[in-house]
Amino acid sequence: MSRETSLVSADWVAENVNNPKVVIVEVDEDTTLYEQGHIENAITFHWRDDLQDGLIRDLISKEKFEALLSKSGISNDSTVILYGGNNNWFATYAFWYFKVYGHQDVRLLDGGRKRWELDARPFVTAVPTRTATRYVAKERDNSIRAYRDEVIAAIGTLNIVDVRSPAEFSGELAAPAHLPQEQGQIKGHIPTAKNIPWSKAANEDGTFKTDTELKDLYVGAGVDLAKDTIAYCRIGERSAFSWFVLHELLGVANVKNYDGSWTEYGSLVGVPVAVGA
Amino acid sequence: MKTCGATPGGPSLDGIDVTTQTIIQGVVLRDGDDGVPNGTPVGSAHVRLLDRDGEFTAELPTNSQGQFRFFAAPGSWTLVVQAPGVRVEQQITAAQGVPADLVISL
Repeated sequence: MSRETSLVSADWVAENVNNPKVVIVEVDEDTTLYEQGHIENAITFHWRDDLQDGLIRDLISKEKFEALLSKSGISNDSTVILYGGNNNWFATYAFWYFKVYGHQDVRLLDGGRKRWELDARPFVTAVPTRTATRYVAKERDNSIRAYRDEVIAAIGTLNIVDVRSPAEFSGELAAPAHLPQEQGQIKGHIPTAKNIPWSKAANEDGTFKTDTELKDLYVGAGVDLAKDTIAYCRIGERSAFSWFVLHELLGVANVKNYDGSWTEYGSLVGVPVAVGA
Repeated sequence: MKTCGATPGGPSLDGIDVTTQTIIQGVVLRDGDDGVPNGTPVGSAHVRLLDRDGEFTAELPTNSQGQFRFFAAPGSWTLVVQAPGVRVEQQITAAQGVPADLVISL
C-alpha cells in the first residue's frame, strides 16, 4: 500500500503495453469511450454489465469474478493496470473491486484517460485477443467495504468522509451535475460527515496530488487518521477514488468504501440526515 | 452563428423536460486549418464545471461533435475546457427552465 506499488505513470504504461505479464483494463463511466479508442492492448470491463450482479444490488459473486477474469486472460500473477475516463472514477472503483477479491498486483494509471489524452498519446481501436486462464479469487475482503449498519453506527464516532461535491453535500443537488437530477432519494448528507470532495485529491489534469498535499487535505479537514474511516459518495465510485488515496497512496489502515453510498443511505427510512454546508 | 449550415451549440434537448432541469450545455470549437469559418468541433476535450466557490462539481469529455451537457442548479458557474496544449475558462449564469447553450472557442 504505497504510491510505488499502487500507481504507475503514463510513461510506464507506454513502455509496458506489450509486456506479457501486464494486463491493461479500461473501465469507464461512459462505456462508449473504449470503442472510440483505447491504449494499445487494453481490454475493457463494463462497470454495470461486468461488475454489477444485475439482479440484486451487489458486487458480482466470487465465481462470476473468477469467470470474468479467466475469460479476459488475467492470471493470479498478472500485473493489472486500470485506467478510465472521468478522472479514473470507475477505474478506482474497479481497483477497489480487485482488492475486495484479493488480487495481488493491481495498479492505477495516474491521471487515467485524461492525462493520456492531454499528452496527445496514441489510442487504437484494435481489440486484443487474450488466451483464457483459470483465475482463482479470494473470499471477499470486507475490511475495505462498509455496509449501512456500520455507517449508521459510525455517526459521531468514526471518520465519515463524504467525497461528493459541496452542492450534493449541502442538499442543493441530488447527483453529479453531468447526470439528470434524480428524485429517488432525499438530499443531504450523513450527520458528522466531513465534506472532502474527491476532486481536491487530484490535480486539474487528473493526476494525484503529492502525499504531503494529500495528508494535509484530510487532516486539515478534521479527519483523525488514527481512527477508522468510511468514505461514501452517491454510488461508490468517487468514494473508491478517495478510498484509494487514503488506503493505497497514504497507507492509512482501516479505511472502508461504503458502496451503498447516498443512493442507499438517502433512501433508508428513519436514519438521521443533515443538510447545509 | 452558423457553421456549414449546422446550428452550433450543445446536444439536442429532445426528450428532456427542460422545465425541471437547469441545463448548461454547448460545443467546443477550434479554429481549423480547413477554412471552416467558425471552427471545427473538438471531440474528447475535457469540460469541467466549477461552482461559485471554484469547487469542482462535474467533468465531461466532449462527444465526437464537440458537445457537452451538464444538469446543474441555478446560479453562477465556471466552465474550464482542457484539450492538448490549451485551457479556456468561461463564466456562466444558469437558470432552471432556460438552457444555457454555449459556443466555446479554443
